[in-house]
Amino acid sequence: MTSQQNRKPEAYNYAYLDEQTKRMIRRAILKAVAIPGYQVPFGSREMPVPYGWGTGGIQVTAAIIGPDDVYKCIDQGADDTTNAVSIRRFFARVADVATTERTQDATIIQTRHRIPEAPLREGQIMVYQVPQPEPLRFLEPRETETRAMHAYEEYGLQYLSLYESVSAFGRIAGGAGYPVLVDERYLMSPSPIPKFDNPKLHQSEALHLFGAGREKRIYAVPPHTDVRSLDFEDYPFEVQSWDEVCGLCGCPDSYKDEVILDDEGNRMFVCSDSAYCGERRAAGHAGPLAGHALDSAPQEEALP
Amino acid sequence: MAYVSVKGGERAISNAHQWLGEARRGNTAVGEIGVDQIREQLSLAVDRVMMEGSCYDRDLAAMAIKQARGDVTEAIFLLRAYRTTLQRFGASEPIDTQRMDVLRRVSAAFKDIPGGQILGPTFDYTHRLIDFDEAEAATAPLADAPIDRVIPTIGHVLGHESLLEPAPVEDSTAAEPYDLTREPMAFPATRDQRLQALARGDEGFLLSLAYASQRGWGNTHPLCGEIRLGEVSVELVPEELGFPIEVGEITVTECQMISNFEGSADRPPQFTRGYGLTFGHNERKAMSMAIVDRALRHAEVGETPAHAVQDEEFVLYHSDNVEASGFVQHLKLPHYVDFQAELQFVRRLRKDWFAARENPSDTAEAAE
Repeated sequence: MTSQQNRKPEAYNYAYLDEQTKRMIRRAILKAVAIPGYQVPFGSREMPVPYGWGTGGIQVTAAIIGPDDVYKCIDQGADDTTNAVSIRRFFARVADVATTERTQDATIIQTRHRIPEAPLREGQIMVYQVPQPEPLRFLEPRETETRAMHAYEEYGLQYLSLYESVSAFGRIAGGAGYPVLVDERYLMSPSPIPKFDNPKLHQSEALHLFGAGREKRIYAVPPHTDVRSLDFEDYPFEVQSWDEVCGLCGCPDSYKDEVILDDEGNRMFVCSDSAYCGERRAAGHAGPLAGHALDSAPQEEALP
Repeated sequence: MAYVSVKGGERAISNAHQWLGEARRGNTAVGEIGVDQIREQLSLAVDRVMMEGSCYDRDLAAMAIKQARGDVTEAIFLLRAYRTTLQRFGASEPIDTQRMDVLRRVSAAFKDIPGGQILGPTFDYTHRLIDFDEAEAATAPLADAPIDRVIPTIGHVLGHESLLEPAPVEDSTAAEPYDLTREPMAFPATRDQRLQALARGDEGFLLSLAYASQRGWGNTHPLCGEIRLGEVSVELVPEELGFPIEVGEITVTECQMISNFEGSADRPPQFTRGYGLTFGHNERKAMSMAIVDRALRHAEVGETPAHAVQDEEFVLYHSDNVEASGFVQHLKLPHYVDFQAELQFVRRLRKDWFAARENPSDTAEAAE
């Protein structure tokens, strides 16, 4: 964990957003928590990073973060990907907050496309960066239509799409952003996390907040809420699995990144959750490719 | 050659930003361009950045253009990200373009129009020949001051006979106009919301939509009732005063497009309007905006929408270039996790496909 004692740039309010904006976002969050899975429109602000880089997640974090929080930020599961580094640095700077890579130590975990492998606990908040909050958007492009479909709980189109996929491919297609039904009421996009992570949302101990900046929507899965991935009795929901273990830590059941090693088709699989993998290695676990160049403990570089 | 797995770090970002600074500066043997030079000599770029950046500040727009290396969309983004942090202290009174100090005013509808045709500083009728001498010229003749007299707008010229529909009645009862920078898009869009979205919208996107609607992918047959460019005063009513005071002057371009309408059971035949307004001097944008505005008003005149330009969800959701640029370019961010899921799926499909080729009898059964 790194403790930050940075100078706050005085031109900006604590955590960048002004207090009125934070209040507006908190009200949207409260409404989202009260109606699990429902997309609450909010007055999303223009942020100093581009749309698509996490403007929704950043606004949600800015609205809930305080000096006592411990902040973790991951992208594709890893703490050291460029955008995660950039966002973590942003909050270390504008919110004077301690940061960590350890899932267990974090109070707020902002993420793009993954839920950490380590189990979440009560009191933790997951903040998701959401590109497209509407699970039905690719089936119905019109917002006016999809809002009505949610209001009438009319999800036949979604089931039809799953059925078409079964008839075309012999299985339900869709690897990331697999639709879920929250509290048996609202159809929700879990953001583009792999369906491997979907079961972690069900009856989770943590609060899950989803922010879509460009689309101006916030939604939530409160702790201890039912989250069901859609499926059919004869084609049950299933998650990805790998024949290979993690090349570095030997973990058999984590989500893997595929790393191309050369031009001859050789590749290795490593845990996508870099912090989880690092901890396993520190605890003495070793995979078949332990000692590879990638096998170095993640390091925070000092700011210039 | 071996692949090197790239993981970003703070040092990589910092180095990239330094390199960007170097690229921005270019050859140091060439003098550095000043913000004042951009403001004065690239004034149309400044106008566009102010308009789509929704912030009337020539100096800030010029600084943004310099910082963005002349990338106008990036400069618009910079200005928006600054504007969003500013406190809002109210909404101005509507500007009165009839009382504009006119720099340019033309109407394509009438040869002689009350107030006259004033050509002003325009590229129209110039020969687009690169002027190799002008590139070195340091001085230009100075024009007279703006015309300080009331020139009636096309609405007033045509209004007496009800030939032209009156200015649309505000359909909002709110005290302040809709503000997309504070509220999310909602449908059906009110007029103020639509016009704000179009005014902030990408010039190129609106131009192409307007062009498409002229070519038959739309239902507008517009002609340019009037274009005027000039300075208008902006007034604000401070709560503690209760009457309007002038807080500044801005240059705007206004366009009134008029299209004929054959009439319906409820409405007599008359000319209908499309409205465009921009900061600074930008006739291409103002005209495109006016055509798209009119196309989106199909319901008011009972037209059946059949084209993209008439679909407000399509137009208003996709006109903002800061949103569009961000979302298209976010594909540069890593998508390993998503791609791994796709890889798994395609590999399984390929396995099934090759297996089916070897045992055709299995698939016949599955197909039934």
